[in-house]
Amino acid sequence: MTDNEKNKPLEKKERMKIPRQKMPEQDAKERIRNFKEVPHGLTPELAMIEARRCLACPKPPCIGGCPVEVNIPEFIRLVTEGDFVAAARVIKRTNALPAICGRVCPQEEQCEKVCILTKKYNSVGIGNLERFVADFERERGEIEIPQLPPPTGKKVAIVGAGPAGLTVAADLAQMGHKVVIYEALHKAGGVLIYGIPEFRLPKAIVASEVDYLRKLGVEIYTSYVIGKLDTVDELFEQGFNAVFVGTGAGLPNFMQIDGENLNGIYSSNEFLTRSNLMAGYDFPNYDTPIFAGENVAVLGGGNTAMDSVRTSLRLGAMNAYIVYRRSRNEMPARKEEIHHAEQEGVQFMFLTNPIRYIGDDNGWVKGMECVKMELGEPDASGRRRPVEMKGSNFILPVDTVVVAVGNSSNPLIPQTTPGLKTNKWGNIEVDPKTQMTSRPGVFAGGDIVTGGATVILAAGAGKVAARAIHKYVMGIPFDEPAKEEAKVK
Amino acid sequence: MFRIVDKKELCEKIHRFRIEVPRLVEKAKAGQFVILRQHDRGERVPMSIGGLDKKNGLLTVVIQEVGKTSGSMNRMKTGDSFADVVGPLGMSSHVEKFGHCVCIGGGVGIPPIYPIAQALKEAGNQVTTIIGARSKSLLIYEEELTSASHRLLISTDDGSYGTHGFVTTVLQNLLDAGEKVDMVISIGPVPMMKAVVASTRLPKIKTFVSLNPIMVDGTGMCGACRVTVGGKTKFACVDGPDFDGHEVDFDEMTKRLKMYAKYEKIAYERFLHEGCRVADQIKQL
Repeated sequence: MTDNEKNKPLEKKERMKIPRQKMPEQDAKERIRNFKEVPHGLTPELAMIEARRCLACPKPPCIGGCPVEVNIPEFIRLVTEGDFVAAARVIKRTNALPAICGRVCPQEEQCEKVCILTKKYNSVGIGNLERFVADFERERGEIEIPQLPPPTGKKVAIVGAGPAGLTVAADLAQMGHKVVIYEALHKAGGVLIYGIPEFRLPKAIVASEVDYLRKLGVEIYTSYVIGKLDTVDELFEQGFNAVFVGTGAGLPNFMQIDGENLNGIYSSNEFLTRSNLMAGYDFPNYDTPIFAGENVAVLGGGNTAMDSVRTSLRLGAMNAYIVYRRSRNEMPARKEEIHHAEQEGVQFMFLTNPIRYIGDDNGWVKGMECVKMELGEPDASGRRRPVEMKGSNFILPVDTVVVAVGNSSNPLIPQTTPGLKTNKWGNIEVDPKTQMTSRPGVFAGGDIVTGGATVILAAGAGKVAARAIHKYVMGIPFDEPAKEEAKVK
Repeated sequence: MFRIVDKKELCEKIHRFRIEVPRLVEKAKAGQFVILRQHDRGERVPMSIGGLDKKNGLLTVVIQEVGKTSGSMNRMKTGDSFADVVGPLGMSSHVEKFGHCVCIGGGVGIPPIYPIAQALKEAGNQVTTIIGARSKSLLIYEEELTSASHRLLISTDDGSYGTHGFVTTVLQNLLDAGEKVDMVISIGPVPMMKAVVASTRLPKIKTFVSLNPIMVDGTGMCGACRVTVGGKTKFACVDGPDFDGHEVDFDEMTKRLKMYAKYEKIAYERFLHEGCRVADQIKQL
């Protein structure tokens, strides 16, 4: 494209004729031998072409599709003008984690789903553009710290440095409050650090976005387990005006079947934590070992299952299976992740469920007895319930199994905070308008409230909580619009 | 960073560290544990609490060199710092008035017996402690446990000190002599805990064991530390580390502890080799 063409204003029809730009990525054969990021990201050229596809709708539906209300048309317009840094700053007004969200948000279910182009043409690649401008700003070293309002003198404690907690922290810091984050692990980022593999979200990017929070004045204590060192009540005694709990869905579920404690059987949390947080794939340069044998079965059909199975390939598995009890249509994983896994040679065993493990004399798993399933009537989740087919049992030889069938809420905070209401799954109950719990001044959001969900829903809950916390600590009634909101409108 | 205020070699390959972690020490109770990480590339390893100096905010841990991480930690000096000391983790030991309590420790299971014996004594129990080692030179914590218990009994495998035999020999002698025992707590190598449980099964003595399986995060997240207790899967880091010894599947635990043996060997050999290389380089200077 020449400069002349770039600057030519386009008619709506011409815009719609531009095909959606494909993000260049590492070849599948190459990438299963390394942990480097799979997509390379858009080039400035590609980004500008992609941005020109946006129709700049007068009533843009995409903003409503974004849980953190990014002004999408405005940032895309700036991309068409080649002002990538300005575009990044538009996003950062409402989303402190753009390089992360640009990579791991399910955009196809949110902003891109409601894009006016989606039906007839492919939607604008909003996620890819978000990732591009955030990377551009960071790589150019142009990260700008916004001017902060004068301190309000109010202090807020945040429990858990995952997507929910980080979002609350960023928003409150920018309203002039003192924010302190307490994180149980030795690095901030929560699931972004321990759960999502390097090839999908490089850890340096998480570190950079966490560093941005520090520059906003947020204090972060790692290796600090709230509920063991300090309780929520003690945080109030120490002078905090509000507490936000974003401790996630930390407890791994197992299937409670015979032989589940054999060696070689991991929860996805352990498998991914060893590989990601502890860099086990780089053993012995890093001290934490991880085992992935030749035949690896991953149980489950979500993004965590895809992350686990693709990790196992990179650790050297010859056969990497996804064993899922429903069919492809019901898989909760993002299409892009399933597609990447297929390209990399993952073998999908649909309508298959394990019923017991078989061990060798040394206590290692050597096989998994499975049964074929068929889909019956819809269950409570609205998906058709899988039913066992009698006599369809078979044995799959495996030496590693990763159980990725979901997580339950971490009970530490509810157990140590009197009066905090939880539901039957142990999730903390909140008022969805404010994210406030049954304890005044205690707010919660993310997976500890919803059960296992997505990064961006956690961030969205964080945004709602931040506004409510602001009102709470400033003594503004919840039903009155806060000054900041008024300004934005 | 968490500073080592004092370090001492207790015997060959076993070192005692006092680390400055005031808030943790203020909160910690007997029977809980901590997770240590030496440096940025290091493992997270669970360690028993081997003493709590509440006045000075000092935590005691005792580390035995068995592999790369413990070997590397044991080469740290006074003034050095651990990258992370996380805790207190796990549930505290069951401390109430039982009557006559027998605390049994072996190897590096002896130090965590010390705060538990203290707590049981403070709760008004009669405390007998039995500790054992292969040989007299390898016995640790004799002084501490003398003060923490009403009676301290010792065994050595080679007969060089105390009763010739194992801690279970001493326990069996007590039981044979008709002593009334209301509760036993045992911490040490898995075969030792398994043997203690075998001795107390018939007389039906309530017996706790403190388990130290492989762990990563220590807060219930990873599920690495699962053990079968009474036919049910439990996470030692949040449900334990103490469990009813009569219910624990020790054989499964023994196998799970060997899961990374191959990797541990590679790392340790490389570590020892590198140590020699450094020593050679120093010699050449």
